[in-house]
Amino acid sequence: MSESPTVSKSPTSHRAATDLTPALKGGGLLALLAIAIAFPQVFTNPAVTNYGVLALIFVTAATAWNIFSGNSGYISLGQAVFYGSGAYTMGIAARDWHLEGTTVFALLPLCAAVGAVIAVPFGLIALRVRRHTFIVITIAVFFIFQLMAFNLASITGGTSGLDSPFLSWPAASYNTPFYYIAFAFAAGAIAIAWLVRRSRFGLQLRAIRDDEDRARGLGVKAMRVKLSAFMISGAITAGIGAVWFYYLNQVQPQTGFDPIFDLTLVLMAFLGGYGSISGPVLGALIIEPLTLWLNTQPQFSGGALAEILLGAIFLIVVLFMPRGIIPTSGEFITKIRMRGRAAIIPATTMGTAAGAPSTPSVTSGGAR
Amino acid sequence: MTQEILRAIIVGILVGGVYALMAVGLTLIFGVLDIINIAQGVLVILGAYLSYALSTKAHIDLFVGLLITIPAMFALGVVIHWAFIRRLRGTERTAMTLLVTYAVALIIEGILYKIYGADNLALSASYTATSVHVFSFYLPWIYIDGFILAIGLVAVIYALLYRTKFGRSVRATMQDETAARLVGIDVNRVAALTFGIGVAVTAAGGMVYGATNAFNTNSGYDLISRLLAIIILGGMGSVGGALVSSVFMITVESVVTIWYPDWAIVVFYAALVVVLIARPTGFFGRKEVRAQ
Amino acid sequence: MTALLRTDGITKAYGGVQALNGATIALEEGTVAGLIGPNGSGKTTLFNVITGYQRPDAGEVWFGDREITSLSPDKVFAAGIGRTFQLTRIFARLTVLENMLIAAQAKDKPKNVLSWFGKDAWTHHRRHAMELLKFVGIERHADVLAGSLSYGQRKLLELAYVLVADPAVILLDEPAGGVNPTLINHLADRIRQLNTEQGTTFLLVEHNMEFVMGLCSTITVLESGAAVVSGPPDIVRTDKRVLDAYLGVDLEEDPR
Repeated sequence: MSESPTVSKSPTSHRAATDLTPALKGGGLLALLAIAIAFPQVFTNPAVTNYGVLALIFVTAATAWNIFSGNSGYISLGQAVFYGSGAYTMGIAARDWHLEGTTVFALLPLCAAVGAVIAVPFGLIALRVRRHTFIVITIAVFFIFQLMAFNLASITGGTSGLDSPFLSWPAASYNTPFYYIAFAFAAGAIAIAWLVRRSRFGLQLRAIRDDEDRARGLGVKAMRVKLSAFMISGAITAGIGAVWFYYLNQVQPQTGFDPIFDLTLVLMAFLGGYGSISGPVLGALIIEPLTLWLNTQPQFSGGALAEILLGAIFLIVVLFMPRGIIPTSGEFITKIRMRGRAAIIPATTMGTAAGAPSTPSVTSGGAR
Repeated sequence: MTQEILRAIIVGILVGGVYALMAVGLTLIFGVLDIINIAQGVLVILGAYLSYALSTKAHIDLFVGLLITIPAMFALGVVIHWAFIRRLRGTERTAMTLLVTYAVALIIEGILYKIYGADNLALSASYTATSVHVFSFYLPWIYIDGFILAIGLVAVIYALLYRTKFGRSVRATMQDETAARLVGIDVNRVAALTFGIGVAVTAAGGMVYGATNAFNTNSGYDLISRLLAIIILGGMGSVGGALVSSVFMITVESVVTIWYPDWAIVVFYAALVVVLIARPTGFFGRKEVRAQ
Repeated sequence: MTALLRTDGITKAYGGVQALNGATIALEEGTVAGLIGPNGSGKTTLFNVITGYQRPDAGEVWFGDREITSLSPDKVFAAGIGRTFQLTRIFARLTVLENMLIAAQAKDKPKNVLSWFGKDAWTHHRRHAMELLKFVGIERHADVLAGSLSYGQRKLLELAYVLVADPAVILLDEPAGGVNPTLINHLADRIRQLNTEQGTTFLLVEHNMEFVMGLCSTITVLESGAAVVSGPPDIVRTDKRVLDAYLGVDLEEDPR
């Protein structure tokens, strides 16, 4: 058998994205896990654990976003639909069924289920169209939900929103159980993301991302696959939305359905590395505490500078680290390691087709 | 009742024309650069604030002020494209351009907030409060003036697209960027200028919007969502589609507002969803391949 | 002997351009056949129609005794007709092996939802995929992102893809286009090997005359959307209609 052509072994572009970075990621994740579990025990100040709770909520939401959008390539700007729906479901159910205290947490599976159910008609409509239209549909559905929250006042409480049921926990340790619940959600979401990634299902999703028509041609049931991922993403997001509602004790249409929420998720995923599992985690862990901290600074509160700063961060990330921090640092480290090695000969260039396509070879009968 | 409906339809058409102008800018940008310019809403508001500044500080008439604001916004558009959008390439271009244009929107919004705060403003001039008596109701002159302005500018854009060499380059690039490059069209220049034009129209749209609505720095969100729905419905990249769909959507909303003021906007979005179920490419959209 | 794959009077136009005009071709089982013709003669369109990527305006496509004219691409693929593309359509951000696995899963119905997530389903496919990658010669790039392969390697990957489903017929769309001579020979060897050892039937669209004449036992010439001549290479090479088609002049008036 003739020898196969060489290909450049330059790792920065040719190695599979996971090649160098597992060591980086594996170690990092383990450390994060340990820190995460110990966190509220070490930092008992509620002001600090507050950061933890909200950061983990966003880790969950960003990971859920990535499970669908990162793998399929369909950028969803409608996750708030699920988030707010989860929040409102918990609020409405707790109010109508007169629940309070810790029993309210039993509603969480219901809220997640509501998210999955909403994802079905939402997905069936939105996933039939091409990418740009999909984004806009998610925005449109988002606004429809926000407006319903405003208008269906008898159910949703209208502009004043809903208050959460009473929870008689002491103020000093109020945050801690929420922290661990959020942590459980985050860990669960990450586990699901990992399972999806290594499964046949995940492979089909990523093939759809690269070339949907070809994937269909090869027998991938695209709608089924996309819809399933969308439902999983929706369920997780709705669940964590309910947790968020109970933690903050209230929800209004503009907080439950907040356009900035959606764009923040995208930014988090991109900051950490779009499509990867640890990407959104890292992104959320950086951006959420940062945003919270900025809001506590007097010169930033009231919005204007925070917005400008957020916008500037977006721009910097997108323009200079388009693949996100983790892949970019992975590549950076690789570059440093590769500096000593000899240059590798690049792949053989393709030759032009031997033999001209037209006339002379036909008439002259030469090309045998 | 019929008088009300008639008025709603007429106002809908008039206002729809203005939205058409802004939507045309957005759809052109999409057609040539293949990006969704989320900043378009905020840029309209910026146009409104610019007109406000000119009219209150320099006492320049709203329409006359456009001679300044339109070129200024055009320049802004070209700069934004040059600085941020030009270099976006690669597999995740859609998401990246979304983030970038949103970032630009946030920054502009933040700056405006810093200068003007959260107060509601409206543009006023001697003629914004006067109306003309039509049938049995009153129609504010500004609606008619704004409509004429908008249609005039849309006509200019049409002429630009279909009667000039530049316009031909734009249309060629919209059809097939690679082919356009092959025949020697400077695609980057076309992109920059198109972005400039797309933003320039927001100056005019902003002025009329500001003269017919109270606005503040947050008004951009509502605007961009409507504009997006409009261009999707009309078919992304289709200038004629944007025109038809603006007038249609705004008129429908205007009429529905008579009976259900709170729900009219939901009808707006629901219409989008319904049409897309039946016809995923919008009224006049092209059938596109799904792969990026 | 009825042909394994045949088309009957395929007509297809797009917006004023008549791409195919009554194209009738027949492919005998076990042959390596070539489809040639000047640019614009409709070769790729015919492929698209056969494999279900496009619907003809008129005419039929038959596979054995089964009409497959209106089948969608995945059903055509499942029926046993594989096809490569002129501009290689690979999944650039998946690894070479993952690309193969996607092709493999088409033939494999998962038993239940859980197996969707399980890894065991893959072991058999992985082995098979690696064998095929070895066969075409790119097995050492199995874990490389497909997008970073050279053009020639992509062509080999596309061939491996097609082989995963073990099709009875393989349609190759310009397999030698833009590929260096060593690779072209390698490709020709592989095709011959598959044809002799597995009895796979091939139909290639090609511009590279040397490649086609050297490999195919039957050649059909397409011109302006219809087949003008069909036969063994020697006959086709000297047929006047073929020369007309390529040259576009009447030889009697302009002898060289």
